[in-house]
Amino acid sequence: MKKVWRNLPTLRLLIYAVALYILLMLLSSGGILNDYLMIIINICLIYVILATSLNLINGITGLFSVGHMGFAAVGAYVAGTFTTLVWKLPNDGSVSTTLLFIVALVLGGIGAAIVGALIGMPALRLKGDYLAIVTLGFGEIIRTIINNIDAVGGPRGLLGIPALSSFTIIFVATVVTVLILRYLVYSSHGRAMISVREDATAADLVGINTTKYKVWAFVIGAFFAGIGGGLLAHLIQLAHPTQYGFYASFLVLIVVYIGGVGSMTGSILAAFVLTILEKYLLPMLLQWAGLGVEWRMVIYSLLLIIVMIYRPEGLMPREAKFMIPEDH
Amino acid sequence: MRNSRKAFVVVVLVIGLLAMVVGCAAPSTPTPTPTATASSPTPTPTTPPPGGDIIIGCVAPLTGDSATFGKSTQNGVQQALDETNAKGGLLGGRQLILKTADDKSDPTEGAAGITRLIEQDKIVAEIGTVQSKVSLAIAPILQAKKIPMVSPTSTNEKVTLVGDFIFRACFIDNFQGTVGAAFAYTNLKVTKAAALFDVGNDYTKGLAESFRDAFTLLGGTIVGFEAHPTGATDFNAQLTKLIAAGPELLYLSDYYNDVGLICKQARALGYKGYFLGGDGWDSPDLVKIGGADVEGGFFTNHFSKDDTRPEVQTFVKAYTAKYGEAPDALAALAYDAANLMLDAITRAGSTDGTAIRDALKTSNFKAVSGTIKFDANRNPIKAAVIIEIKGGQQAYKATVAP
Repeated sequence: MKKVWRNLPTLRLLIYAVALYILLMLLSSGGILNDYLMIIINICLIYVILATSLNLINGITGLFSVGHMGFAAVGAYVAGTFTTLVWKLPNDGSVSTTLLFIVALVLGGIGAAIVGALIGMPALRLKGDYLAIVTLGFGEIIRTIINNIDAVGGPRGLLGIPALSSFTIIFVATVVTVLILRYLVYSSHGRAMISVREDATAADLVGINTTKYKVWAFVIGAFFAGIGGGLLAHLIQLAHPTQYGFYASFLVLIVVYIGGVGSMTGSILAAFVLTILEKYLLPMLLQWAGLGVEWRMVIYSLLLIIVMIYRPEGLMPREAKFMIPEDH
Repeated sequence: MRNSRKAFVVVVLVIGLLAMVVGCAAPSTPTPTPTATASSPTPTPTTPPPGGDIIIGCVAPLTGDSATFGKSTQNGVQQALDETNAKGGLLGGRQLILKTADDKSDPTEGAAGITRLIEQDKIVAEIGTVQSKVSLAIAPILQAKKIPMVSPTSTNEKVTLVGDFIFRACFIDNFQGTVGAAFAYTNLKVTKAAALFDVGNDYTKGLAESFRDAFTLLGGTIVGFEAHPTGATDFNAQLTKLIAAGPELLYLSDYYNDVGLICKQARALGYKGYFLGGDGWDSPDLVKIGGADVEGGFFTNHFSKDDTRPEVQTFVKAYTAKYGEAPDALAALAYDAANLMLDAITRAGSTDGTAIRDALKTSNFKAVSGTIKFDANRNPIKAAVIIEIKGGQQAYKATVAP
């Protein structure tokens, strides 16, 4: 029995996930987790999707992308267009609505993945800082294009999106994302991506098609970012171009680097720690201390600086791989 | 084996973290346990007045690129609450308490902030927020909870269409464009006009489009309609094209910083006609940037601090005494929004959301920015003022009723 248990890491992770889900649902229906805490948990989970998918690009494959929210924007707008403008889904949460919403999310992810491939193929001839500049420019291009499409609201944003991102859907999407990324990292493809990060020339020499793996990292990362963007849009019932600018991409980057670049566990942990800290603990502390809410970002930024000085490798160093299969 | 132990530790940590969060969420439970009360951030008052204090929420951008807007808004609301508290509060002596949340101009932050105010602070009404995009994210939450909201400055017409608990104290985008067009056509006797706007900003685009439509409807001709990208500083390409079409008036719906530059560059290109714009011009920096070239320009605004009505003068005096600076339109509108809400609570005679909403609908309130009544879509029916830049100062020119 013990052997079976050890050899089925997926099962074990799923059991943890289901236990966590049941715990949260019980606390929520018992009224202990109120709407405020639930919206924070939902935002945390969406950040888990965004940060782990960026970690695949930045941490595992060793590229430096700073335009991740551009992919999320594509996902948000594609999914939002289908649910709001094409299908005009109601807010009822029925089975058919939910199924169509999931289809819209996947379409959003595919849209983002296509954009990821389009940007990846020419851009990945570049390395390091130059690639960063290209992805930065790309994020701005996406935003500008959306600003100029009147069909999706232009600068006014896509409004009236139905509130379909329930806790259950966000939770399931997060678990699926994390599991797929985990399996990818420990597959031969993932190993190839890591080899690109460690030494691209050596990887080339042993016959790994480094360009192919770089593009795949972008495509897969973009796909999940698109899912995350779609979920966010249907959580706050709005997609607005300014939500997906450089500053937003930067916030995801912070989660990845505070969590520990290259560590999926770190990204998950940091998404929770940072979101809860910023949106829950700091407002509460400030209220208790009698300080104005405008101090929140000052203290938050100070904490980030302190973490980076004393723990530059992030909360979870690369070696702490909690989701590793036993035979590794 | 080591890894599975580590996995367990992490899961325990996450659950522990959540448990901590839950422990702090004491106020939401109907009967809090003693330990939960101890960790509660808000101490319960020892001698509560009958019915307790009335908590008013205010979500505003207190940090980020619109922080000055947020600060003015917060000051305006605080001013209104303080004045009412000094007069003995509402509903038989209940004091008003303001709880604020920072939205950083980000819809997601706004959604989290408003749920915090609703769940933790138990607000009965919301004044805010400044930008339409954030108001659009918080309005559905308030609508679902049946808590009335008055946004002081969200001009996008979709905001109040979210539901019947959502009101605003300012006029909507297309009203300002319409008033501007009427002023240009009837007062300035202009028949040929052109417009330049920021394509990445819903506000400037909305104003320019409504100006174009209203001006055409009145019988005027729009000879040019050009967009510039956000953050542009060189407008020569667009201006050359517009000026070549020979307009007598340029409608500039941008904010003051862009307007200052546009006016300078237009005059340098030999343009001799009028400049007209919206409330984005309302900043002392307009003259600093545009210098003599903005002289004689007109813009539509919510209120003028030189207006001689007693409501305006009392407010301007009290606000200046308290904050050491004259109120801008944002402060005035926030003050109006708060007073509209307080007036509705008084007339409703209770803090029940539905009762306040019904009272708000029948508002007829003498506010700083004019007498406010609401139309069927909960937009205020009130006048706009035209302000002229004269001698580097804002001078009150006219009041234009809808």
